[in-house]
Amino acid sequence: MGTTNLLLTALSSELADPAGLMPARQQMALSLGWHIVLACFGVALPAMIFVMHWLGVRRRDDTALLLAHRWAKVSAVLFAIGVVSGTALAFQMGLLWPGLMGTYGDVVGLSFAFEGLAFFLEAIFLGIYLYGWGRIDPRKHLWFVLPMAITGIIGTYCILTVNAWMNAPVGFDIIGGEVTNIDPWAVLFNPNAIWQFLHMWVAAYMVAGFSVAAVYAVGLLKGRRDRYHRLGFTLPFAFASVAAVLQPLVGHLLGARLAETQPAKLAAFELATETDDGASPLRIGGFLVDGVVKWSIDIPYLGSLMARNSFTKPVQGLDTIPVEDHPPVNITHWAFQSMIGIGILLMLAAVVFWVARWRGRDLLEQRLFLRFVAISGVLAAIAMEAGWIATEVGRQPWIVYGIMRTPEAAGDNSGLWWLLGTTMVVYTLMTIGAAIVIRSMARRWRDGEQDLPSPYGPRADQLSGRAS
Amino acid sequence: MAVAAAMFVGVVAYALFGGADFGSGFFDLTAGGSERGAELRTQIDRSIGPVWEANHVWLIYVLVTWWTAFPEAFAAAMNTLIVPMFLALFGIVLRGASFAFRKYAATLAQARLFGVVFALSSVVTPFFFGTVAGAIASGRVPMDGRGDLIGSWVNPTSLFGGVIAVGTCAFLAGVFLTADADRAGATRLAEILRLRTLSVGLVTGAVVFAALVPIERDAPTLADGLETRAAPLIVLSFLAGVGTLVLLVRRRYALARPVALLAVAAVVLGWGVGQYPWLLVDQITIADAAGARATLQGVLIAGAVAAALVLPSLAYLYRLTQTEEWTRPEH
Repeated sequence: MGTTNLLLTALSSELADPAGLMPARQQMALSLGWHIVLACFGVALPAMIFVMHWLGVRRRDDTALLLAHRWAKVSAVLFAIGVVSGTALAFQMGLLWPGLMGTYGDVVGLSFAFEGLAFFLEAIFLGIYLYGWGRIDPRKHLWFVLPMAITGIIGTYCILTVNAWMNAPVGFDIIGGEVTNIDPWAVLFNPNAIWQFLHMWVAAYMVAGFSVAAVYAVGLLKGRRDRYHRLGFTLPFAFASVAAVLQPLVGHLLGARLAETQPAKLAAFELATETDDGASPLRIGGFLVDGVVKWSIDIPYLGSLMARNSFTKPVQGLDTIPVEDHPPVNITHWAFQSMIGIGILLMLAAVVFWVARWRGRDLLEQRLFLRFVAISGVLAAIAMEAGWIATEVGRQPWIVYGIMRTPEAAGDNSGLWWLLGTTMVVYTLMTIGAAIVIRSMARRWRDGEQDLPSPYGPRADQLSGRAS
Repeated sequence: MAVAAAMFVGVVAYALFGGADFGSGFFDLTAGGSERGAELRTQIDRSIGPVWEANHVWLIYVLVTWWTAFPEAFAAAMNTLIVPMFLALFGIVLRGASFAFRKYAATLAQARLFGVVFALSSVVTPFFFGTVAGAIASGRVPMDGRGDLIGSWVNPTSLFGGVIAVGTCAFLAGVFLTADADRAGATRLAEILRLRTLSVGLVTGAVVFAALVPIERDAPTLADGLETRAAPLIVLSFLAGVGTLVLLVRRRYALARPVALLAVAAVVLGWGVGQYPWLLVDQITIADAAGARATLQGVLIAGAVAAALVLPSLAYLYRLTQTEEWTRPEH
C-alpha cells in the first residue's frame, strides 16, 4: 500500500488541479488498498471455514473443528477492522469526491444500496456464527457461516458494478449538461461487471487461500509436522489452487473486452505506442521514455494473441488517442505485468504441488516449496494490488470513463492532506495492532490455551487458571 | 418522501442500537482501575460483542441511502461538515479496531491500551454525530458553496446536540448493561450500573430540556417545529424517560429496556419531525433534494428486500443474545 502511494505521487504533474485532488487520490489509494486485503478475507474466509467446519462435523474430526474454530476467532479480528475501514470508504466517497457523488450519486447509488444490504446480512450472521460456538448445536451452527459466504459474494458483485460503471458508464444520458434518464438497474446489471466480479472474486480466494496456507507452511517449516498443520495447509491451498488455475482464463476474458471499451488502457498495458501493421508483439518490461519504448523484451505475435485473441489484429496504439486522454503509461504497464507475472508463478506452484501429489510425491517434505508457499500470501496480495493499480491508474484521466475527469470530481480542499497524514498513522497503528494480537493468539494456542479469555485484572487469571 | 422516511428509520435505528454500543464506552471509561473495572468490562464485551458490527451497518445504510436518494444534499453536507465527519470517522475506526483487539489481547497492558482507545473513541464519536445533526438542524449547511468550516458545528445547537447524543447513548447502554448483568446473575454489578445509569439519565434528561432554550434563539425553524408538530413526541420522550428511571429505581430492568428505547427514539424522531419538510434546514426541502425517480423506486425496493431479509435475521440475533445460553461466558 505504501507503494501505491509512492506510485500515485508520481502522477501529480498538472498544476491547475483542485487542491483536494492529490490528497484525495492518495487517501483513496491508501484506504481502498488497505480495505481490499481485508475484503478478500471477508469474502473467501467464510467459505473455507464452512468447508473445514463441515469436514469436522461430517467426519467427527476434532482437528478440523479446532481449525475452523480458530479461523473463526481470527476472522473476528480481521472482520472488525474490515468493517471500520469499509465505513471509512463510505464516508470518503462523499468527502473526497463531492463532484462524483453529487452528480452521479443517484446513478450508482442502488449498487451501493444492495452492497450495504448484503453486508448487513453478513454482519448479522457473523455475530451469530462467532458467538454460536458451544452455544448452538454443532450441526445447525455450521449452516450459519454459509450465509456469510454467499452475502460476501453478492456484496463483491455489487461493489464491482460501480467500478465497472466507472470504466464503462451506462444507465444515464447527458442532455444539455444535465444528467437525465437515470436507470440504476442498468448499472447493477452492466455487462462489464460480471467479468470484473469474477476476476476479483477469484483473486479473493487466491489472497485468502495462499495467506492461510502460508501460516501453516511456516509451521511445517518449523518442524510442526502434525496432522493439524497438514490439514490447515491443504484445505486453503486447495481453494487457492483452483482459483489460481482459473484466474488466467478469467483475466484473459476480461482483458479481451478492453480493445473495445478502453483502448487507451489496453495500449498502456501493452506499451503500444503506435498501432502495429499486423500482429503486435508482447512487450515484457520496458519503459516509455519521451514517447519511445526502451529496454523491453519483445515476443512477436504474443501481444495480439493475448489481448485480442488473434494472430493478425494489432493493439491500438497510444498515437491514436489524444495526449490529454493518456493514462500514466509506465505505472499502468508495470502494474499490469507484475500482476500477470506473479499470477502465473502462483498458478505454476499450485499445478506443481497437485501433479507431484498425484504422482506420489509430497512437496510438504520439500523445504524450498514450503518457503515459497510461506511468501505466496504476500505475493497474491501484491498481485491483487498491482491489478487494481493497473485498472485504476489505467482509467485515468477519467473517473467516469469518457465523461468526467478525475479533477472535476475532487473538492477544493487542501486540508485533506491532514486527513491523509492522520489516516496513514491510524492505519499503520491498526496494522501493527492486528499483527500483535493475531500473533499473540497463535502463540497462546501453541502453548495449549484454548479459550483466550479477555485479560482484565485478576478475574481473567482465575478464568485462565480454570481453563488450564 | 417515503425514501426520506426510510432513511430516517435508519437514523433512529443507528441512534438506538449503534448508540447503545457507543454508550457502553462511557461505562467502560468510568469503570475504574483494571482490577475494579474488570467485571464491568467483561460484561460490556459480552453484551456488545455479538451485535456491534450488525448495529454499525445502520450507519452505512444511512450514508448510502442519503447519497443515493439525495446526492446533492449529501455532497453539500459532507463539504461543509468535513471536520466533524472526519473526527467521527476516526472515532469509528479506532473504536471498532481496538474493541476487537482488546478482546484477544495477550497481556493486561495491551488490553488497557486498547481499552482506553475503545472507550474514549466511543464517547467522542456520538458527540461529533450530534454536532452534525445540530448543524443541519440549525440551517448552517448551505446547498451552494461551503458553509463555515468550524462555526457550522461549533455553535449552541450543535454543542447541545453533541452532548445529548453522548448522554442518550450512555443512558441506553446503561439500561441494557444493567439488564444484562442482572440476567447473568451479577447482582452487585447490576447495582453499580443501576446507580450510574440513573445519574446519567437524570443529567441527560435535564440537558435535553435545557437545550430547548438556546435552540429557540439559535435554530428558530427547528424550535418552531419542536413546539408545534413535534411537541407530542417531546412530551412522550419526557414521560418515557421518567418511566425508565422509575423502572430502574424499582429494579424492573427487563421492562426498562423498551421504555428507554422509546424515550430516545422519541427525541430523535422529534428532531426529524421538528425540521420537516426541510432536509437541510432553511436550505433545501426533502422534495427538492430528491434524486432521480427511478433510483428512488430502486431504493425503496432495496429497502423492502432489506426489511424482508435483514429484520428477521437481526431479530434472531437479538433473541439469541438475550437467551440463557448466550448470557454465560464462552465455554
